[in-house]
Amino acid sequence: MKITLEHLTKTFPGRGRKAQEVETAVSDFTFEIPDGKLIGLLGPSGCGKSTTLNMICGLLKPTGGRIRFGETDVTDLPPERRGVGMVFQNYALYPHLTVRQNILFPLQNLKGKDKLSKGEMAHRADEAARLVQIEELMDRKPAELSGGQQQRVAIARALVKMPHVLLLDEPLSNLDARLRLQTREEIRKIQRATGITTIFVTHDQEEAMSISDLIVVMKKGVVQQIGAPQYVYDNPVNLFVARFLGTPPINVFAGAIRGGVLCLGDDRVLPVGNLPDQEVWAAIRPEGFVLDEHGPLRCRLSGIEVMGRDISVVSTHESFTGTAIRSIINADSQVDPASALVRFSVKPQKLLLFNKETEERIPVRG
Amino acid sequence: MEKRSMKGWLYLLPAILFLGFFMVYPLIDVFIYSFEEGYNSASQTYYGVGPYNYSYVLHDPYFLQALKNTFLLVVITVPVSTGLALLISVGLSSIRPLRKLYQTVFFLPYVTNTLAVGLVFMILFKKTAYTDGLVNLVIHWFGGSTIDFIDGPYWAKLFVLCFYTIWVVMPFKILILTSALASVNQNYYNAARVDGTSRLRIFVRITLPMISPMLFYLIITGFIGAFKAYSDAVALFGTNLNAAEMNTIVGYIYDMLYGDSGGYPSYASAAAILLFVIVLTITCINLLVSKKHVHY
Repeated sequence: MKITLEHLTKTFPGRGRKAQEVETAVSDFTFEIPDGKLIGLLGPSGCGKSTTLNMICGLLKPTGGRIRFGETDVTDLPPERRGVGMVFQNYALYPHLTVRQNILFPLQNLKGKDKLSKGEMAHRADEAARLVQIEELMDRKPAELSGGQQQRVAIARALVKMPHVLLLDEPLSNLDARLRLQTREEIRKIQRATGITTIFVTHDQEEAMSISDLIVVMKKGVVQQIGAPQYVYDNPVNLFVARFLGTPPINVFAGAIRGGVLCLGDDRVLPVGNLPDQEVWAAIRPEGFVLDEHGPLRCRLSGIEVMGRDISVVSTHESFTGTAIRSIINADSQVDPASALVRFSVKPQKLLLFNKETEERIPVRG
Repeated sequence: MEKRSMKGWLYLLPAILFLGFFMVYPLIDVFIYSFEEGYNSASQTYYGVGPYNYSYVLHDPYFLQALKNTFLLVVITVPVSTGLALLISVGLSSIRPLRKLYQTVFFLPYVTNTLAVGLVFMILFKKTAYTDGLVNLVIHWFGGSTIDFIDGPYWAKLFVLCFYTIWVVMPFKILILTSALASVNQNYYNAARVDGTSRLRIFVRITLPMISPMLFYLIITGFIGAFKAYSDAVALFGTNLNAAEMNTIVGYIYDMLYGDSGGYPSYASAAAILLFVIVLTITCINLLVSKKHVHY
């Protein structure tokens, strides 16, 4: 089902000393989520992503704006009449009920014409369990399950009602690294199999990038950018989005354009076309560095981290804004750890320029 | 004995000594007294050994009256006070404004002296030559005839005793239950709301199981506390409880030891052992029932 958000806004009354002001959690969010897609809401904590999810779910009432599922305006409908399934961050499985009872719980709430017979309920529960592969765990209590298994039960419980929309709040944050990889693949698979429009919230950009059809990057309640993961990664609209996506994070330098060439300190790094002279933020992705004996970017080498397939060269530069530049280099390359200096050339497509004041992207046409 | 286990016993020694001297030894002693006929604590003598003390106590109309009173008190006050406390706690946790104030008001009886409260209840309920008492005034207002709750019919006195007991034990239960309710994770309620669960079903299927350990604790301690009631009755009806037909088992034991008709430690011991057996049995039944219904 297509979901339309129109000027969605949520404000909370301020507290304590800020009692006079209102805190805006989500501001003027307009977006149409296409049917059957997997959407990642992404942003640092406090950016309003969970608030947005809760408004779509119906647990929170928006201060302004409308929410439509398909053509139906659901803004004023309670959660149970919206046809949504929700998976909570801590799963919220009822600890005193078995897995089967947990999955049956939403079905037993159905009344009137939606009421199901016992047999239908059992059938639906088994089907949901099969989808997430927990059939053999049906008679256990949640406390007897691992984190990943609990997660699946929570998804089964959300799916058993056959919702039009599936919402997941930080679905992977309680799992360990290995399980996270596996579970996110499974979420992707289940979403494909059911074709349910799915929205999930995460602060982990890697998670969002890896499985989403579209990602929405938010900051302090304001949507920064919406797009396909790779597109947003390659073409961030501002410095915030550029910094937020990618591990290791993008390396940001305080640079200047002089005579059509980007200068970092004394190094004339790369021609950038016919841009006027100005101070800029120059951001280079870690994979945008190429080891080059005659490269224009001269950095002081501080260490080398071996990561197996790649090596990470850690260095510093006078115009660098952070503490250490991290560049990802193919492990075949030879770097002498003893040398004090390392020289790079920069891949033009991995260099992003941003306005010094507004931090908006400056398009480069070289 | 192995050296390491010696060390363990050494660490346990203070607790064992303490419990042994002040709990196990007296219990055994009372058990022995209860079989010694006509034991005299001053001369440390007795006539013989046998079940006569139990037979005497079980045939003593005062004891049977006390037993009946205590049972009625337990059966009425424990469910009513726990149920009311649950109702008030749920109410308290679903209101926002003035919650702190209400909590304080509900907790006040707990920090008030029992005898002082008893005095107030007596003034409220007692009928004297000069006044009918506040409660009777209200009854009169509604067209009923006045009743003497303190010196009047049995059911009226029992009503006051139960009322008083419930009033005294409620604050603690409310305190425990409000904190138990507050500790239920909001996410469970959110999950239930998304699934369209009715309020009643949320309460029965989620809230109650979640707070069941606390509820069970209150029921067990409530049973034990009510079985050991004594001071409440004294506060309302004075020390001559047998005359008022309002004696409790603990009151009977006290009377047998120190009351006007006292000086019979053997009978007192037998009654104490009977009380112990009753409380033990009820607690065991409670534990058995709880296995099925309490979720830790």
